[in-house]
Amino acid sequence: MSQSLYLICVSGTREKLQMAAMIASVAAASGDAVSVFFSMNALQYFVKGHSGEAPAEGEFGELMAQEKGVPAFKQLFKFAAELGDAKLLPCSMAIDLLKISKDALDPELGPPTGLTLFLSDAEGGQLLTF
Amino acid sequence: MGESKIIDARDTYCPGPLMELITYMKQASVGDTLELLSTDDGSAADVPEWIHKVGHELISNEKVDGVWHVKVRKAK
Repeated sequence: MSQSLYLICVSGTREKLQMAAMIASVAAASGDAVSVFFSMNALQYFVKGHSGEAPAEGEFGELMAQEKGVPAFKQLFKFAAELGDAKLLPCSMAIDLLKISKDALDPELGPPTGLTLFLSDAEGGQLLTF
Repeated sequence: MGESKIIDARDTYCPGPLMELITYMKQASVGDTLELLSTDDGSAADVPEWIHKVGHELISNEKVDGVWHVKVRKAK
């Protein structure tokens, strides 16, 4: 059965971004409605031109960095958006603090979104934080 | 008879093989057969689960010389 899944990404570490991207891509590809809210340390990776290299939090992150066959988290989020219609939403507060406009972000990201709207949309769905 | 295609996703980790399959599945026509090659044991269990969930037809799933061959027919 399909469900509505809401992810909040705040961490800038490789492991958390990878796990969130894996969940977003697999859920979106399986027919779930997925929305991902990027704020705090997670948003910077989606500024155009960012390599997507995130520091490891622990040993597993180092291990993933060494393995070429691990799909990059940015690629998985993009996949979720393009093939699974996932919404990738930048936090409007984080955009203001970084002093950037929406145009500075990768094209797969949606409109700047406030918490009030995101939380009201998330009502009744599953909400996970990374 | 639909067309058949082999997708080589060897040496990629979860969810890489699934993403590869889905990419080609979107481009395929109903009735086409796709054969996914994967060296990831986790994906060999998980990909059939996805096939079942979204309603395609799993034809076979077997390991030959360390490589999983997951055969699926696009059903819709």
